[in-house]
Amino acid sequence: MSLITTLARMEAVREGRAQPLTTVRHRHLSERPLAFVPLTTAGEAGAPLGALVGTDRDAPRLLIVAQPRDRDLRFAFLAELAEEIQPYLDSYGDEVELEERKETDPETGKKVPVQVELCQDAPQLLVPSAAGVAFVRLLGRSMRFRRTAEQDPETPFPAPARVPLLGRWLTHYGERARVPGSCLLLSLTELLSRHWATGQSNLEDQHLGSLLAWIDPPAGVPGAEAALRAESERDEAGQLRCPPAGPSTDPAFDNKLLAPAMSRYDAARAEAAQGVAGGAARLRLAEAELRGLVESQLRPTWDALWHGVDLLRALPEGTRVADRWKRDRWSYTGHRDRVRAGEPPQPKLDDAVTAAQKLAARETAQAQLDAHEALDDPLVMAGRRLAGEAFAGEVIDVEMAWSDAKVPRPRPLVTIRTEDRPHLAERVKLHRVTADGRAQSGEFAGLADLDDAADLDGAADVDGTADVDGADGSGEGGSGEGGSGEAGGADVVGDPGDTDGPGHALVVRLTGGMGRGKQPEPGTVPEKGDRVCWTLFEHAPRGGPELPDPESTPWTHGGPPDAAAPAQGPQPDPMTEEDYL
Amino acid sequence: MIGADPAAAAAHPGRARAGEPFDPSAAAARATEAILHDTLHGADRGVVVDSPPGAGKSTLVVRAARELAAAGRPLMVVAQTNAQVDDLVDRLATADPELPVGRLHSSDPHPYDPVLDGHESVRASAKIADLAGLDIVVSTAAKWAHIKNVEPWRHAIVDEAYQMRSDALLAVAGLFERALFVGDPGQLDPFSVVGADQWAGLSYDPSASAVTTLLAHNPRLPQHRLPVSWRLPASAAPLVSHAFYPYTPFRSGTGHGERRLSFGVASDGSGPDRVLDEAAASGWGLLELPARRTPRTDPEAVAAVAQVVRRLLDRGAVAVSERSDEPQPVAADRIAVGTAHRDQAAAVRAALAGLGVSGVTVDTANRLQGREFDVTVVLHPLSGRPDATAFHLETGRLCVLASRHRQACVVVCRAGVAELLDEHPSTEPVQLGVTVKFPDGWEANHAVLAHLSEHRVSWRP
Repeated sequence: MSLITTLARMEAVREGRAQPLTTVRHRHLSERPLAFVPLTTAGEAGAPLGALVGTDRDAPRLLIVAQPRDRDLRFAFLAELAEEIQPYLDSYGDEVELEERKETDPETGKKVPVQVELCQDAPQLLVPSAAGVAFVRLLGRSMRFRRTAEQDPETPFPAPARVPLLGRWLTHYGERARVPGSCLLLSLTELLSRHWATGQSNLEDQHLGSLLAWIDPPAGVPGAEAALRAESERDEAGQLRCPPAGPSTDPAFDNKLLAPAMSRYDAARAEAAQGVAGGAARLRLAEAELRGLVESQLRPTWDALWHGVDLLRALPEGTRVADRWKRDRWSYTGHRDRVRAGEPPQPKLDDAVTAAQKLAARETAQAQLDAHEALDDPLVMAGRRLAGEAFAGEVIDVEMAWSDAKVPRPRPLVTIRTEDRPHLAERVKLHRVTADGRAQSGEFAGLADLDDAADLDGAADVDGTADVDGADGSGEGGSGEGGSGEAGGADVVGDPGDTDGPGHALVVRLTGGMGRGKQPEPGTVPEKGDRVCWTLFEHAPRGGPELPDPESTPWTHGGPPDAAAPAQGPQPDPMTEEDYL
Repeated sequence: MIGADPAAAAAHPGRARAGEPFDPSAAAARATEAILHDTLHGADRGVVVDSPPGAGKSTLVVRAARELAAAGRPLMVVAQTNAQVDDLVDRLATADPELPVGRLHSSDPHPYDPVLDGHESVRASAKIADLAGLDIVVSTAAKWAHIKNVEPWRHAIVDEAYQMRSDALLAVAGLFERALFVGDPGQLDPFSVVGADQWAGLSYDPSASAVTTLLAHNPRLPQHRLPVSWRLPASAAPLVSHAFYPYTPFRSGTGHGERRLSFGVASDGSGPDRVLDEAAASGWGLLELPARRTPRTDPEAVAAVAQVVRRLLDRGAVAVSERSDEPQPVAADRIAVGTAHRDQAAAVRAALAGLGVSGVTVDTANRLQGREFDVTVVLHPLSGRPDATAFHLETGRLCVLASRHRQACVVVCRAGVAELLDEHPSTEPVQLGVTVKFPDGWEANHAVLAHLSEHRVSWRP
C-alpha cells in the first residue's frame, strides 16, 4: 500500500467517512451495463443457486435453481441465463466502424494496411465483488465445453442451445478481467476501492455493504459504525440485515431458511411426481417460497450495486479512459470474430507461448494503466511524487545547449525548483507531457545549487544569465534574472536555515520532443516560471518482444504442444478410479 | 530441520574423500572440470550449474566461453542486465585480448560501458549483422529476444539463469541449439508486477525462473554445483550455507584467520564502535536498537547505519586477505549498505551525505545482486515493521544482503524481530504442482537471527 493511500485511510478513520483517492473516474462505465448478481450453493462447487440479472435497475430478472443438486434444473437455469445475457452480448456486435491496421501479408511477408471492423461500443458486465468475477470464470469453464444436440447429435447429455456459447463469452470476459485497467467485466468492490479509501482493511473492503457504508454513510452515522452494522447487524430472526454480496450466502440463511424451504420443495416435487392430489399446487407454492427467499438475499445487493454505479457516475471520466476502453472494444470485436469464424472454445489450459504472451500483455497494460492514471489525475500523481517516482515544480532557469553530434541537436538544460524528493541518479530518464499534450523526454543532469543563488542574491543570477546570453543570443536567455531571484528569495524566506528543504533545484536535460531542427520548435521548451511535472516512469511503455509461434515452442519449454492431445495438463490419477481429469 | 542433517553433509562437499583435509582449490577444480566436460563433450542439450554466492561463477563463464570459442563453436552469451553484460565482456577481453567478442546493445543513448571501447577485439553494435562471424556475442536477454531470422548458434551460455524468467527464456531459446545455464538458486526469484497465479503449477509457468521450466521439461539434464565460495569468509560461509542452501552446502575458500579486519583507531565505546569491533572479531555484528514500530525510513535506524559507516571510515579500517601480503585500507568503495526498499536506500544516502561520506554503495538487495565488497552494513528488512509480508520474508532478499561481504557484515535492526516472525508464520497458499522451496523465508530469517544474536550490541542512540 502506498504512503498516500495509508494517509487517506487514516484520514478516513478520523473523518468517519471514506476519502477520495482520485479526482476523476479511472474506469469506463457503460451507459447500459448489464448487472449480474449471482448466488452459489454452499458446499457444492459451481452449483448456482440463483441470480438477478439485467440492464434495467428497476426490473431485474430473477433466476433460481430450486434444487441446485439437480443437474437438469441447473441446466435450465443456465439456459435462462443465456437467454438473458447472450442477446445483450450480441447486441453490440453489428454496429461497427472501420479501422486501419497493419497486418503481415502471408504471401509477401510485408506489413500492409488493412481495413478491419471495430465495434463502436462493447457490452459491459458488472458484478458486486471480486468473488463474482471468479464465479463468472467458473461458470464459463463449466459451460464452454458442453455440446448441444445441434453440435453433436450423439452427445449423451446435450446442453440447451446457447449455453456453450455463453460459456465461451463468460470465459472471455473472465480472462479479460485479469488485464489491468480493462473494463469489460468489473466488480463494484474493486471499482469503489480504487476511487475511495475507507478506514478499514483491504479484506473488509471486499464486503460491498460495508464499503458503501464508509463511502456514503447514512446521515449522522460514522462510517465505522455503519460498516459494522452492514457487516453484522441481524434482525429478530437472526438474519443479516445486509446479506453478503455473494456469490456465497450467509450460513444462518442457509440453515434456518433455505434448507427447510428446499426440503419442502423436494417433498412437494416427489408428491407431484407420484401424482398425489394437490402435489402440483404445493410444488408451485414451494417454488414461489424459494424464489422469495433467494430474492430477499439478492435484492439488497442488486440495489447496492446500482448505488455504487451512481456514486461512480458522479465522477468525471479520466481523459485517457477512452483509449483503454478502445482496447476493450478490440477485445470484444476479436472474440466476436472468433465465434463467427467457428473457432473451438478456449482450451482448458494455456500453452507456453499463450501464457507468456498474456503475462507480457498484462505487464504492459499495468504499466500503461499506472502511467495513465497519474497523468489523468493530480491526486494520483501526488502519490507517485510522494513515492519518489515523479516531481513537480517551477522552472527557475533555462540554458540552451546542444549535443556534440555532427548535426548538433538541441539539449537545453532546465532547472526546476521542487520540494519533491525523487529517486534520481545521474542520467535517469525522465518523461513529461507538454501543455499541448505531446510527449517530451529528458534525463536528470544533476543538482543545481539553490543556496548559492539565494545567498549571492542578484549577482550570481546576473552572471548566469549573461552566460546564457553569450552562448545563445537567440533570446532564450531572456528568461530574466528577476524570475530566479524571486524564486531563490522566496525559498530563503519560506524556510530559513533548513538545509534539508523545503526546496531544491534539479537540472533536467531535454532530449526529445523538440522537433527535428537545430532549434527547438516554439513552445516545446518550458520557460522560466512554468510549472512542470516530470515522471521517472514511461508514459507509453513498450510491449514485450515477439514470441515464437506455439508450433515452434523450443525444447526448453517442452517443444510444440501435441496437436493430437490438445487437452494437456494433469493426467488422471491411476490409483483413483473416479479421477476423470 | 527437515531432511538430511546439513551439517553432516557439509563435511563432504565437492566429493572430498573422507579422512583427507578439505582442499578448496582441488574441490573447485574438480567441479569445474566436470562442468566443462559435460558442456564440451556431453550429449545433453543443456547443463545446469548452481553457484552459491562468490563461488567463481563469472570465472567459470569466462573459462567456458573461451574453451567453447577455442573449440570453434560460435557462442552467444545471455545475461540479464546491461551491467552484467558489460562486466562479462570486460572480463573476456581482459582474459584474452585477441578473442573477437561482440557486444550487442540497445539503440538507447549510452547503451554500454565506455570501458569496452578500450578493448581492441571488442566490437559493439546495435545490429546483429555487424557482429556476424565473431566467436562470441554477448547481450541481455531483452535484446536477444528481438533478434529474428538468424542461423541458430551452436552453443549458448545463459548467465544468472535463476534470475531470468521463464518467458524470457522462451523468447530466446530458439536462437541456440545447446546451452550452459549458470546461476545462484539462493538469490531473489524473478517476479511479475501482475498476478500469475492462473499458471502456477504448470511446467512452463511464465513467471517462474528459467531453470525451473528448463528442468521441468528436461529433468535428466546434468546438474552441477560449485562447492567453494571464494568471497565469503570462513565466518560467513557456514551460516549462509546452513540458512539458505541446507541441501547443497558449500565451504569458504579461505580458512579462519586468513582474513582479518582491524582498526587504526581504538573504540570510543559507542554502539557503532562496539558493533564494529564485534564484526571485526567475528565477521558478524548486530546493532540492536530498542524495539519500536517505525515507518520504513526509520530515522534512528537510518542514522545508525550512517554512523556505523562513518566510524568504519574514521577508524581507519584495514583488511588482511589472501589477495595481498600487505593489509589494505577499507576505503569507501569497498563498503556497501544494503536495504530492502528504494526509499530506505535514498534515506541512507542522504544521511551519509549529511555525515560527509561519499563513494559508499547504497542500494537495494535487487541491485546488489552479484556484487562484492569488504564490509557491508545491512538495514534488516524486518526492522521496526508491524508485519512480515512475503516481500520482506523472501529468502533471496536476506541471502543477497547477508552474502556480499569478504570480511564482515554489520546488521542494524530494531529489537523484536524474532517475536514478529513468530506472529507471522508463512501463509502463502500452497499451489498444486509447485515445488515448495526450502528453506522458506521464515525459517531462513530465524536461522540468521539466531546466529546474529550471538554478536549483538544493544544500543540506545
